[in-house]
Amino acid sequence: MEITLNGIKVQVEDDWTLLDAAKFYGVKIPTLCYHEGLSPYGACRLCIVEIGEGDKSKLVTSCLYPVQDGIKVRTHSQRVVKARKLLVELLIARCPTSKVLQDLASALGIEKIRFKARYNDCILCGLCVRMCEEQMDAKAIGFVSRGVKKRITTPFDIKSEKCRTCGACIYICPACLLRCQGPEPPSVLCSGCLNFSPPCVDQYKDVMCYLDPCVACLKDKGENMKKGGKK
Amino acid sequence: MEKIESPLELEKLRKSIQSKKKKEKTFISICAGTGCRASGSESVINAFKEEIKFLGLQNKVGVKVTGCHGFCEKGPIIVIHPKEIFYHNVEKEDVMEIVSETIIGGKIIDRLLYVDPTTGKKITKESDVPFYNKQKRIILGNNGKIDPTDIEDYIALGGYSALSKVLFKIKPEQIIEEVKKSGLRGRGGGGFPTGRKWESCRNAKGKLKYVICNADEGDPGAYMDRSLLEGNPHSVLEGMIIGAYAIGSKNGYVYVRNEYPLAVKHLEIAVNQAEEYGFLGKNILGSGFNFSILISRGGGAFVCGESTALMASLEGKPGEPRAKYVHTVEKGLWNKPTTLNNVETWANIPIIIHKGASWYSKIGTEKSKGTKIFSLVGKINNTGLVETPMGMKLREIIYDIGGGIPNKKKFKAVQTGGPSGGCIPEELIDLPIDFEKLTEAGSMMGSGGMIVMDEETCMVDVAKYFLKFLMEESCGKCVPCREGILQMGEILENITKGNGQPGDIELLEEISTVIKDTSLCALGGTAPNPVLSTIRYFRNEYDSHIKDKKCPAGVCQALIQYSIIPKKCIGCGACLKQCPQNAITGEKKQPHIINPEKCIKCGACYDVCKFDAIKRV
Ligand SMILES: Cc1cc2nc3c(=O)[nH]c(=O)nc-3n(C[C@H](O)[C@H](O)[C@H](O)COP(=O)(O)O)c2cc1C
Ligand code: SF4
Ligand code: SF4
Ligand code: SF4
Ligand code: FES
Repeated sequence: MEITLNGIKVQVEDDWTLLDAAKFYGVKIPTLCYHEGLSPYGACRLCIVEIGEGDKSKLVTSCLYPVQDGIKVRTHSQRVVKARKLLVELLIARCPTSKVLQDLASALGIEKIRFKARYNDCILCGLCVRMCEEQMDAKAIGFVSRGVKKRITTPFDIKSEKCRTCGACIYICPACLLRCQGPEPPSVLCSGCLNFSPPCVDQYKDVMCYLDPCVACLKDKGENMKKGGKK
Repeated sequence: MEKIESPLELEKLRKSIQSKKKKEKTFISICAGTGCRASGSESVINAFKEEIKFLGLQNKVGVKVTGCHGFCEKGPIIVIHPKEIFYHNVEKEDVMEIVSETIIGGKIIDRLLYVDPTTGKKITKESDVPFYNKQKRIILGNNGKIDPTDIEDYIALGGYSALSKVLFKIKPEQIIEEVKKSGLRGRGGGGFPTGRKWESCRNAKGKLKYVICNADEGDPGAYMDRSLLEGNPHSVLEGMIIGAYAIGSKNGYVYVRNEYPLAVKHLEIAVNQAEEYGFLGKNILGSGFNFSILISRGGGAFVCGESTALMASLEGKPGEPRAKYVHTVEKGLWNKPTTLNNVETWANIPIIIHKGASWYSKIGTEKSKGTKIFSLVGKINNTGLVETPMGMKLREIIYDIGGGIPNKKKFKAVQTGGPSGGCIPEELIDLPIDFEKLTEAGSMMGSGGMIVMDEETCMVDVAKYFLKFLMEESCGKCVPCREGILQMGEILENITKGNGQPGDIELLEEISTVIKDTSLCALGGTAPNPVLSTIRYFRNEYDSHIKDKKCPAGVCQALIQYSIIPKKCIGCGACLKQCPQNAITGEKKQPHIINPEKCIKCGACYDVCKFDAIKRV
């Protein structure tokens, strides 16, 4: 099977997802609720890519979307990047203390969070639930309620008999273990680890740089790109 | 009852039922739909039964307890057949008089007749009431004629003849062709062409296939599916059996909302009777085709009406949607090819088969065929269920059928399509209602809810209300829907509290785009509609809230102030007595004054003043 990935025709296996294809060819797509050892869940929506062309193009989650012969995929189109940024902004407003999220924010060049921070400890990515069920075979934790009230807990909110305190849930959690110490109200954006030195030498107008997303590039607002091609 | 084993036997049975019914010339049909029950139809029914028994008229006069007739505003409703005399707001005290005067004496009781509010004329026949005569009730029409707990009533009106026709005369592929030709599109919201859905499911690999009826109906204010299940359950079952035969399925489910106990009850009775008569089960009507239906009660969440969440819930899993990149017609319930259709969609099928696709496709517009049932609620004179041909103008629905806006208020907008639909403003009142036109206007057909709003409605407040509903009903799985709606709600809350900032509208639009673009299911995908459509048509109202800190409709409490116009106030003191805060002072016969510090903006004075002396800005 052949697909067009960011303008380049590439061969793919029938049972791949778009994310598999991107990974194989070294195109980096940010993910949050995806993990190689677990079933895909499709909740964080960060892995969105744009498929199709013109009016009919749409955004789909690459961690779930199966490759199709001849499909045209753009992993970092304007529409995609804009949406990803807002999604991370929304996530940081929920949980500013996650280092994983802060890193994503700096990688995407987010400079401001326009929403009120709520300091929740969980982003509901569901990794812990799937880890516990699929790898630890325990099913000790799960989701309850819906909407804004949704949360992770044990059945009946009491200590679970099934939990062997293996700690796998904490190990995999993007919000629990790696706490970011940086953000202090009123600014919930840390930017402590923001990388300012350009990691690449070549910048192109339209085609994605392999190191994309690149903060340096975003920081100089494409000045070099406007000059066209190489610096 | 012996099982019916051939089309001939069915026709024989039908004849015998019909001749039995003919003897019973006079019958009183009494609505026992949810609306009429609430206004006391049960006691009316009992009173009629007792009175008729008391007078020994059981053999001459029948009492038919039916499902919803649609005109819920005027309940309890009764219709006396064959003359079709229509009485409304009937109370149990009226019963004796009705029996002696109208049924025995043949006289009309004026007081119980419907008065046309525009002409002031009294109307005797049900079909002459403007609420009904502008409608085209091909789906709802039989609700008033049959007792839903008696399969023979349905058979007498031609029921199950479409099924017997397809089983013996039409090939499954031809049925699908016919449904495709009819132009029928799903009535559950999306408007997907039903025939095409069936075709993909028929062509999907696998022996085991399922058909499901979606009766989860979670839209606040919408109750057409409920009325169909309560009033004419066999029409839905017949549609499902035909669909199953066309697709090649042996197992069906009805996923019905748990809050609909009467619908569940009538459905259970209907399934049992259909099995007893041989319309369900093994070797249906002797054709060799087997099909059974199980009833499953929903979990009670709005999102469980979404196709994949519904299937997850049927499987016993949490009702969360999943990505549909592989369609449910290929991998649906338990990963088997599945056809899911809405109650109303299924109820259309027997009619299409019976009358033919070319008859059916003459009704409606180019791309939206047939009729649609709407539930008309809000600031409208005739609330109720109305069925109109697709393409009817909004104006006709609101003024001719709905009877206009009460209390001489001005019409402002109508919200269509359920919580994630949009608001259509007055300037579009001549919009012909069909799938395309509603979408173009920034709203949608949805399940057919129509909430009418008058001039005293604040559109920012409306958007906030719907968003709040969706925020609570979002399953909470994916980020844009869960977090995005929450943040939009917060921005709207600020705007209505007078804390709106310049740039808020643009931020709302930005979040909306991303929610629409990236949400997993259609709940998130359509959730920004109420906000986007009110911004589109009522942007100035947003601006007043944000820039001038004023609520033009006088709804947002933080932005309004009550004061007394001295020139108009005669000092009657009515408001002073009403005010719970003692915020009003003044001497008798002298203009009064409201102390803004004490005023809690309850509006009690505004409502009580007979001289329009109280100003609300
Ligand atoms: C949040 C949400 C709620 C829904 N609720 C219902 C419902 O209560 N009843 C219904 O028939 N369809 C509902 N739908 C639409 C279904 O997903 C599905 O499209 C429909 O049942 C298909 O039947 P149709 O083709 O006959 O319309 C809902 C969709 C969404 C996204
Ligand atoms: S606890 Fe951690 S791993 Fe589990 S859902 Fe929340 S953020 Fe994800
Ligand atoms: S869009 Fe909303 S309702 Fe649908 S899956 Fe996402 S969170 Fe759940
Ligand atoms: S009710 Fe009206 S007229 Fe009477 S005192 Fe109050 S403001 Fe004046
Ligand atoms: S990684 Fe694909 S949706 Fe989260």
